Formats: sequence, C-alpha cells, structure tokens
Amino acid sequence: MTYLDHAATTPLRASARDAWLAAVEHEGNPSSSHAPGRRARAIVEDARERIAAVMGAHPTEVILTSGATEADNLAIVGLHRARAAAGRTRLVSTAIEHHAALDPARRLAARGEAKLTELAVDAHGIITDPAGEWLSEDVSVVSVMWANNETGAVQPLEAVVDAATDHGVPVHSDAVQAVPYLPVRFAESGLTSMAVTAHKVGGPVGVGALLVRRDAMLEPLFHGGNQQRVRSGTLDAPGAAAFAAALADAAAERASEADRLAGLQCDLVAWVESLPGVRLTGPRPGPGRLPGIVSVVVEGARTESLLTVLDLSGIAVSGGSACAAGVHRTSHVLGAMGLAEREAAGALRISMGRTTTAEDIAALRGVLPDAIERARAAGA
Amino acid sequence: MRILAALSGGVDSAVAAARAVDAGHDVVGVHMALSRSRAEHRNGSRGCCSIEDANDARRAADKLGIPYYVWDLSDEFHDTVVSDFLSEYEAGRTPNPCVRCNEHIKFDTLLERGIALGFDAVCTGHYARIELREDGGRELHRGADPAKDQSYVLAVMGPERLARAMFPLGTATSKAEVRAEAVARGLGVSNKPDSYDICFVADGDTGGFLRRALGERPGEIVDETGEVVGEHTGAYAFTVGQRKGLRLPRPAADGAPRYVTGIDTARNVVTVGPEQLLSVSELVGEDVVWLAPDVASDRPTDCTVQVRAHGEPVAARVERRGERVVAALETPMRGVAAGQSLVVYQGTRVIGQATLTREPRP
Repeated sequence: MTYLDHAATTPLRASARDAWLAAVEHEGNPSSSHAPGRRARAIVEDARERIAAVMGAHPTEVILTSGATEADNLAIVGLHRARAAAGRTRLVSTAIEHHAALDPARRLAARGEAKLTELAVDAHGIITDPAGEWLSEDVSVVSVMWANNETGAVQPLEAVVDAATDHGVPVHSDAVQAVPYLPVRFAESGLTSMAVTAHKVGGPVGVGALLVRRDAMLEPLFHGGNQQRVRSGTLDAPGAAAFAAALADAAAERASEADRLAGLQCDLVAWVESLPGVRLTGPRPGPGRLPGIVSVVVEGARTESLLTVLDLSGIAVSGGSACAAGVHRTSHVLGAMGLAEREAAGALRISMGRTTTAEDIAALRGVLPDAIERARAAGA
Repeated sequence: MRILAALSGGVDSAVAAARAVDAGHDVVGVHMALSRSRAEHRNGSRGCCSIEDANDARRAADKLGIPYYVWDLSDEFHDTVVSDFLSEYEAGRTPNPCVRCNEHIKFDTLLERGIALGFDAVCTGHYARIELREDGGRELHRGADPAKDQSYVLAVMGPERLARAMFPLGTATSKAEVRAEAVARGLGVSNKPDSYDICFVADGDTGGFLRRALGERPGEIVDETGEVVGEHTGAYAFTVGQRKGLRLPRPAADGAPRYVTGIDTARNVVTVGPEQLLSVSELVGEDVVWLAPDVASDRPTDCTVQVRAHGEPVAARVERRGERVVAALETPMRGVAAGQSLVVYQGTRVIGQATLTREPRP
C-alpha cells in the first residue's frame, strides 16, 4: 500500500510509541499527591515543557486536550463566551476553516449566541481581506487557520494579527497542518491561541493542545476536576509523552523535510497538470503552499470512483478531508474558492509526509491515468 | 470474477456477499448512500440508507475481509426512484419503488459504474435464482423459498443486465437458513429485523409523505352513478382496490363495503363502487421487458401473471401486441391499479415484465 494521505493522519514515530509505552507502564493519576501520582505528573509536565519549547510558548500556555477539535472548540467557544457579555458578540472566521473550527462558530451563530462573519477567499483559497472592514468594536474573536488542510494554502496570518491587535481582538489559529512544515512559533506569532495535534506529526491520535496566552480569558467547555486551568479531565501522561516526543522529532527534521517534500511536490504538480482535464487547486507550489499537499480536480470524474480504483490499486489518497459517514460531500473549501459543484465533485488530495519516497510518487503515477480514465467512464 | 457486492447493512446482502467470497470471487463491498439527509438515524426495520445501516455494512465487509466503499447515489435515487414515485401517484397510478430502484439504481447506475471501474457483475441479497441455459443465455427464476421470493421486483431487468447480476441467496430455502448462516459466520447483522417499508418514507406513512410532497388538494369522492358521496384531501393518495381510509359519511344503499374503483387526478376525483366493479379479466402492460427470447410472444401463450410482490399468480394467456403485452386471465383479478408491475411467469421462470396501463378491462 502506498500511503499518500499524511494530511489525514501520519504514521506513528518510533520515538512516540516508545514514550507512550514507557509512560503507560506506570500506574498513578497525575493529579494524585502520592509517589505514583507525582511520577505520572512529572511525565506530563516534562512533556508540556518540551511541547512549549518546540512551539515557542511558555509551559503554562500549553493546555493539553483530546486533539485539535477540542482545542479549536475550546478557543472559539471559550474566547467568544468570555467576551460576549461585554458586548463583543461578533465572531469572525473564514469560509475555508476546518470543520473543527468552522462548526463551533456556526453553532454559536445558530443558537443566537454570536453574529458570524466568514471571511471570503480568492480563487487560490487565500483570504482576501486580512485587515478589512470586518474589524469592528463588537468582534469577540477572529479564527483564521494557519494553512488549509485541503489545498495547503498558507494564510496571511501576520496581517490579521496586526490588524486585530490594534483593535484589541484576540486571534485564534488552527495550526495543525502548518506545524510539521512551517516555522510556527506561538509567542512570535502574536496569536492569542493556537490549536495543534499529535497525530499530524507522527504522534498518536487523541492528544493535542491549545496554546493560549496566560492573560486570555476563556470559558471552559468541560466542568470537572480543573486539572488544567480551563480544561477539566484526567491528565493523559502517555499521550502527552508521545506527543512531545513526536513533536520534537518533527521539529528537528522540519526544514529538511519541507525542502525534500517541496521537491517531490514540484515534480508531481508538473506531471499531474500535464494530464488532460486535471487542474491544481490552491496556490502554486512555493512559500504560499504547504509542501506536502497536492490537491487537484479531475474533470468528468467523481471523487468516490477515483478513490475506489486507487485504493483497489494500492494507493491511499483522499478526496478532501476525511468524512464520518464515508460519503464525500462537495468541499466547502473548493466551493468558497469559486469552483462549481460539478468541478469540485472530482476533487483529489494527495498528501505526502516523512515516509513518502520518490517510489511512492512513481507508484501513484503508474496508476492514476488509468484510474482517471475509469472514473470518467463511470460518470461524473 | 470481480464482483461488486451491494451491502445494504442488512443480513441478506451480507450473507450474499459472503457466499460470493466463498465461491472464490474477488469481492468488493459497496454501500449505496441513497438518502439526501445524511444524518438520519432510523429505528426498527425501516430504511436502507441510514448511518447505522452504513456502519452495519462496513462491519460486514470487515468480517468478510473485503474492501468497502460508500458511493453516494442519492441524486440518482432522488431523480429516478423518488421523483417517479411522486409523479406516478400524482398521475393516479400506483408505483412500486423497489422495482424502479432495481431498474435504475442497482442494475443500472451501480452496475454501469461498477463495470466502468473494472467489475464484472453486481451481487445482491435478492431471493431469486439465475439459471444458465445450454445456449449460454440466462433465465431468471423464483427463489427457492416461495415466501421470500423476490423475482417479482427483479423482472424489470433485461437479459443484458441479468448477465451481470448474481443472486447467491436464490437457492436459500428460508430466511431462517440465511440468519443461521449469518450467525455461523459471525456477522453482527444476523438478528437485524427485515425491512418491509419504502426506505425513503422514514415513518412508514406513505399518505403523509405524499401530502407533504404534493400538498393537499381537496376534492370529491363519487360513486359509480356520479353522485358525490364524500370528500378527500388529494386523489393522488388513493389506490384502486383500496377500502380503508375513505372516511365516507354514510354507508352505501345496500350496506355493502365500497372500494376505490377509479382515480382521476386530472379532475381530482376518486370513484368508489362495490367490490364486483374491481374485477378485471384482462391486463394490459406497456414498457415491456422480455426476458425469454425462446418463448413465443406473438401468439397467446399459457403463463401465470402476478401484479404484486407477494400476490397470487393467476393463470393467463399472454400475448404481445405491438408495444404492449396483453394477459387474458383465466380467473378475474380484483383491485388492479395502473402503474403496478405485471410479471409473467412460466412455472418458476420469469418470462417478462410490463407496467400496467390505465385501462384494465372487466
């Protein structure tokens, strides 16, 4: 099987597995005061410090969560609710956010808790108005992803932060896809909060973090033991240890991996664009695009047909983002970029990562033209 | 062969796929998402397109060790099966959506897509048998278990599609046998209830579904003499032969029960009458599908005919006349509605199929 779906999840690193196995051997709740509890707590705090160091944050700013979905929800709902009472009732998001960030915002709007502004994007999937008229005195929080999970489009976050800071508006960013390949540093970013996750950097699924400034006020989502200042729930020592190990390894090889994948991406894009009726979506390869993601639309074919043939040929790719019911819906990201439903229906995302080799790309190239031909015959 | 096994999430399709695997075929499972509202969770026996069913289908594929995909055919399903269902009722006819689904979805859209993607045939959990003829042709027969036989809803497929179909449960002698096999194979769906209702009418209330889709259209109910005897909220919601739900304010002069004998949706009038007016001795069908090229159709031929999925077969002399097929019944039938599927058998073999026209004759 050729695995080209690293944007969905990544293979577990040996360092993460070892750290998890070592930590899970110990009994003890990290919040207990006895010796086993203290030992478990030390594992959590070591991990927190490592994560903070890699991300350019203070350990106190690292809130461990069950993943990025929780981190996004905590930031957006939490920051909004803490500020809505003071008349800041407008939430600002973008039309291309991951559902983990978009849906909590839409939910607040649907419940009448927020007015929602979704920033538009251009044909390349980049927000067009990072510092525009949407900035008003009633904005509670702005949520703009660092880089998009379907197209790899890097967003002009600096401009958003500069403008928002002038108005005293906190900015949250889902940095899940950016962390493995871009120099993401929390303090330097000027963000109020940032969502990250372990399983996109070679860690296990089920652990992530919200990095959040100490002075940020936010309403907790969960109520319970107050193990972390805005997050209740028993601390997960093995998960934290594995996350920290994976993140440290990813950071150590970030620059070289980004360069290596950019090379593979350049060749793959050139080749895939030479196929008739296949079009790249998102920005051209370069600094404006994550190096691991090649997203295309195939004219006259349906995603599910392409995926069926490719999977049966031993190639694991994705249609856009993974979806619960297994039904591929038209991507809201491609829709926001102005693609017609018919065009977006043939979306394909090839995402590379640290285990991807030139042989993997050759394997894909060996079967994709036939898969496209068959999928087209199967109907749009 | 490379087989596309349609997995509904029920026990029949899971066991059918298992038998295809056992037969040595290269089997891939596909669940067809047919509902436009994806988040539907349905209770009990209803529905073939809920998330729960998709999950059951996935687990069956896991157990069988075969690849599994969900294909979204909801647009096609809506545009053919659901739209046809509504427009047929709106025209005063009584459609069978399962026949249309087999015709347009399972053995057309799904089959065609499968063939394009490299598959040889579609396998389903229908109870019907396919027999190979010496001349290489194929015959469609009733399933071995008369109580579960589904040849009626499959007859609409022509010989070309029959050549691309596989029904491993055709030889099953009972549903109990299939359930026992599911248990033995460790399939979690073994005790799942059968589905009987129309899958896209989630609550089983066809009248309510039609009313919501077509709106209320109040009109008159008249008797055979033309006298107004009652009112209705939409002629489309009635079916010929119907006795219940007429809500007539007073009984007939002779006290005998009254039945719907005619529906005129253009004038929005429902006609009722005594039972004997329902009796027909000749059936006329159009859109004929002839599955038996070796059986003469140009002169009256002894057959049996059936107009409901589990209706009694009736002896008839059947003949094709131009675009139509005409069945002269040996004993009259009652309550035959335009739009119903007329299936012609000889013994257990399906000879042909047609859709009943508006003019059944007494």
